[in-house]
Amino acid sequence: MRLLTHNMLTCNIKGVTKGFPLSIEVQKLETKETDFNPDFLKNIFPKLEWKAFHDAALSVGLNDIPEQVDPVMLEDSEFLQKFHHALLEVHLEEGALICPETGRRFPVSKGVPNMLLHEDEV
Amino acid sequence: MADGRRANLLRTYTSTPHQKKSLHRQTSSPALGLKGHIVSAFHGHVDGKTGSELQVEEDDSSLSHYAVADSPRRRIASIKLVARHPEVYEPCDDSFALVDALVADKGHLLERQPSVCLEVGCGSGYVITSLALLMGGGNGAQYIATDISSIAAQVTRSTLSAHGVEADVIVTNLVTGLEKRLAGSVDVLVFNPPYVPTPEEEVGAAGITAAWAGGDRGRTVIDRMLAIVNSLLSSKGWFYLLTLTANNPGEICSIMKKKGFASRIVIQRSTEEESLHVLKFWREDVKDVGDNGNHSTFSNSLSAKFSRLAFWR
Ligand SMILES: C[S@@+](CC[C@H](N)C(=O)[O-])C[C@H]1O[C@@H](n2cnc3c(N)ncnc32)[C@H](O)[C@@H]1O
Repeated sequence: MRLLTHNMLTCNIKGVTKGFPLSIEVQKLETKETDFNPDFLKNIFPKLEWKAFHDAALSVGLNDIPEQVDPVMLEDSEFLQKFHHALLEVHLEEGALICPETGRRFPVSKGVPNMLLHEDEV
Repeated sequence: MADGRRANLLRTYTSTPHQKKSLHRQTSSPALGLKGHIVSAFHGHVDGKTGSELQVEEDDSSLSHYAVADSPRRRIASIKLVARHPEVYEPCDDSFALVDALVADKGHLLERQPSVCLEVGCGSGYVITSLALLMGGGNGAQYIATDISSIAAQVTRSTLSAHGVEADVIVTNLVTGLEKRLAGSVDVLVFNPPYVPTPEEEVGAAGITAAWAGGDRGRTVIDRMLAIVNSLLSSKGWFYLLTLTANNPGEICSIMKKKGFASRIVIQRSTEEESLHVLKFWREDVKDVGDNGNHSTFSNSLSAKFSRLAFWR
C-alpha cells in the first residue's frame, strides 16, 4: 500500500466525525521503484490532503516532504522526485491504519488495507 | 432455494474455459457492441468441435480478434497472466463483456482523460488491469480497486503486477472508507456485481458464493451500489454496470434516471443461459462530449428500451 492509498482512506464507523487521517503503524515497509510520471503527480496533487501526506511520510521515515506546498513547486524537478518517491514508491506491506477518533485498527496485510467494518460499526 | 441452486449450476456450466473463450471470440465485434444486436453464438461454435481443436484456438491467444477500426492495437489483460485462486471469481463471459464494453468505448474514455478510475468487486483483477492497460498507463490516471474478499485483493495485486500496472487495492464493502475522499471525483466507475438471483442469506456469504450471489432478482448488491453512485461520480463521471436480464436493467435505468443519470447499453450479449448487458450511466445535465451522439436517443427512449428488454427475456 502506497501513501497515495493512505491519503484516500477514512474511518467510516457510524458516528465518527474525524476519521481522517488515519495514523500509520509500521511493521514492514518496502520500496519499489516506479516509473516517474510528472503528469500523474500534477493530476493527483490537487486531490491530495497535503498535511495528511506530509505526516504519513514522516511516519514511514521520510522527512523531506515539505509541510507547506505551492503548485509552483510542481515545476521543480527535485521536489517532484521526492514527491514521487514518498507518494508512490514506499509501500506499507504490514502494519495498520488507526482511526484518530476511536483508535480502531484497520490491518494492512500483504500490502492491502482492510477497511471492512463489523456489523455493529455500520 | 431452487432458483439459487439453478443459478449456481448455470454459473458452473457457463464457466468452462473453452466455452468462455469461444463466446468471447465470437461476440467481441464492435458492431455488435455498439448497435446491440442479439448474439447467440454460444451454441454452434462449440458444437462439432473436439476439445483439442478448441484448445488450439485457446493457445492462439493473441488479441487479434479485436478489430475496432480506430484503435488498431488495443491492449487488455492477458488471460494467461491473470492470477487464479479457487475462491476467486475467474474471468468469465460477464468479465469479457465488461472489458469489451470498455474497449468499445475506448476512444471516448481516452478523450475524457479520467484522473480517477475505480473498480468495485475486482475479483481476479482482469477488468481493472484491462482498463489501466487500455488507457495506456502513462496518461496520469489513478486506478483503485476494491473487493470484499481479501483473497481476491491479493489475486488482483498479482494480476496487476504481472502486467506491470499499478493500482490501489483495498478490501472493503463496496467503497467503505473511500467514500469521503473520493466523493465527486470518480471519473470512471466499473462494477461487475454479484448478480445471480439467490436467497437473500447467500449475499456476502463466505468463499466464492459472495462473488455471484445477488439476492432477490440479483439486485441486493446492485441496489446498494446504485445508492452511492451519485455521490462518487465526478461531474463528467461515467458508470459502467454489468447486468443480467433477471436484474431488470430497464428498472435500473429508470432508478438512475430519477437520480439524474442518462444511460445507454454499450454491449448486450446472449448465451444460451444468460443475457448480459453492459449499461453506461452519465449525468444527464452534462453533455456527453466525445460520444457518438446516439446517447440522447437512448436516454429519451426509455420506454423503447423497456420493450426491447422485455423482448430479450
Ligand atoms: C461477478 S464477480 C466479478 C469479478 C471481476 N470484476 C470480473 O469481472 O471478473 C463479483 C466480485 O465482487 C465481489 N463482491 C461481492 N460483494 C461485494 C461487496 N459488497 N463489496 C465489494 N466487492 C464485492 C466479489 O468478491 C467478486 O470478486
